[in-house]
Amino acid sequence: MADVLRLQGVRKRYGGGASPIVEVLHGIDLTLADGAFAALVGPSGSGKSTLLNLIGLLETPSEGEIWLAGQPAHAATEAQRTLWRNQYLGFIFQFHHLLGAFSAEENVLMPVLAGRGRIHADDRRRARLLLERTGLAAHAHKRPVQLSGGQQQRVAIVRALMNRPRLVLADEPTGNLDSRTAQEVFALLRELNRDEGTAFLIVTHDAGLAARCDRQVSLQDGRLVRDSARVA
Amino acid sequence: MRFVWTVAWRLLRDGRFQTWLIVGGVTIGVAVVVYITAIIDGLQANIIERTLSSQAHVVLRPAERLNQRAWDARAEVRTLADVRKRTQREATIGDVDAVLAAVRAVPGVQAAAAVASGPGVAQQGGVRKAIVVLGVDLADFQQVIRLDDKRREGTLSLAAGEALIGSELASDLGLAPGARVRLQSASGEVLSVRVAGVLDYGVQDLNRRRVLLPLRDAQSLLGYGREVTEIDVRVQRLFEAQRLAADLSRVTGLSADSWQAANSQLLTALRSQSESGLMIRFFVTLAVALGIASVLVVSVVQRQREIGILRAMGTPRQRILAVFLLQGGIVGLGGSLLGTALGAALAVGFTRVARNADGSPLFPIVLQPELFVSSAALATLVGVLAAWLPARRAARLDPVEAIRG
Repeated sequence: MADVLRLQGVRKRYGGGASPIVEVLHGIDLTLADGAFAALVGPSGSGKSTLLNLIGLLETPSEGEIWLAGQPAHAATEAQRTLWRNQYLGFIFQFHHLLGAFSAEENVLMPVLAGRGRIHADDRRRARLLLERTGLAAHAHKRPVQLSGGQQQRVAIVRALMNRPRLVLADEPTGNLDSRTAQEVFALLRELNRDEGTAFLIVTHDAGLAARCDRQVSLQDGRLVRDSARVA
Repeated sequence: MRFVWTVAWRLLRDGRFQTWLIVGGVTIGVAVVVYITAIIDGLQANIIERTLSSQAHVVLRPAERLNQRAWDARAEVRTLADVRKRTQREATIGDVDAVLAAVRAVPGVQAAAAVASGPGVAQQGGVRKAIVVLGVDLADFQQVIRLDDKRREGTLSLAAGEALIGSELASDLGLAPGARVRLQSASGEVLSVRVAGVLDYGVQDLNRRRVLLPLRDAQSLLGYGREVTEIDVRVQRLFEAQRLAADLSRVTGLSADSWQAANSQLLTALRSQSESGLMIRFFVTLAVALGIASVLVVSVVQRQREIGILRAMGTPRQRILAVFLLQGGIVGLGGSLLGTALGAALAVGFTRVARNADGSPLFPIVLQPELFVSSAALATLVGVLAAWLPARRAARLDPVEAIRG
């Protein structure tokens, strides 16, 4: 199976000029295969969010290489990174971050609209199908404020999958939910991973949820200290 | 469903209070511009109309006679001389038909009429009043200066032996249509005429002195033979009169005075008024632009996280830029449509309030379609330009920082 993501010696430093230089990530090597279902764990300040931002092409590495879907993301222009984010990636945030001015269905369609500038009938069909599969068909025309926390997060998950991304990056997707809803949302992520064949990299503090992932990658003080795939 | 339009419209609709605030600001600004423009244009059109209702746009007269030096000295010779202006007697223009044909052939000339004018005295029942005799071909003269709106009594006709006199002269001499009056020229010629009609020029001096006669009667009374003293011209475009006067002078060899030259003080006043109006419009437009920009800046700050999400999911910077520019255009256009309607309503309301003693409007308001179109176009453009900085700020937001808030 091909790799959707390959990181080689990735370092990230902040500061410079008047402020001191701080290195947050110290040479990360990581690969993720298509269809993987991996958890990224680590204490606060270990560099998880920075690593996720680099993989999500929201920031650029100070050193090293990032290959996303075979593309050299470390050497890409701003326009290329924007295009690849739209084509290859899906984002799920701890707080759903749905757009309040749009209905659930329109939020789901937004990645298509953002990338292509317009949507077609096929896109609407896929959005409705995904909403039906996640039990949200009846809420398609509701605004986010009219939905419960679990429903909002499910809409955000469906939105992340709308563009058929190769990799979904989920930052504490259950962190803001009660334990029952968190279980349901996690189950949904797992189901979509199997059905859609999309790789997932999930940042979580919840050791129980991390244990249920196929692979666990641990980060500490900006270094990968454990990778269950390598252990195996 | 298109991204830029959909997102711009939805965000405006979602921020209801802010949107109405900004549209309200544009509406008031555009209303002020439309109202001020309508009032100033109406006032100026009215002043010009009143001024020119009894004046030709261009008057051609024989050139002044100047005393000539008998001997022109060589350049190196200095001469001491006191050349005084010559006494001017009433000069006349000969070959009237040829001059009229030449004048009418000049592009931009709408009509021309020959006028034989000179001083005289009107006598009635022992009362003598100084008058100015104007001999005209009535049909030609009316093409240059409207008279039908000035008729107060009698008929508007000038057959041989008839006269049209000013209303105050009629009052001073106790004349009514059908009455006869004796006219005497400065040279002593006498003519008895029947009053065909009484005219009100709206200018006291003309009402007191002006007597219109058929051209032939005036020429014989004033002793001009077949000649006239001036050619009165109406031009197609009022504000081209000055340029046309120069053309006409060149073509005919006569001296030409435009209405602008004859009313230079009035024009200075009108120009000052226009400049004041322009200043008001400029500052109102500036205030509108600043209003739009400040509300959109606040909107960008408030929408920061949403902009970050859109950028994270792969929205190009240009699309974010276009969203906020379009918002500026929408509020500019929307506000301008409401503003032109409000401005027009205020202007019409003004004409209902500001009235003469007889109940007629003080002056007519000029509400031209071009004013609406230009105001709407300007407000839309100002909206887009004012949105430029907020839009650029939105497009440059770092998605990581924006999402983090």
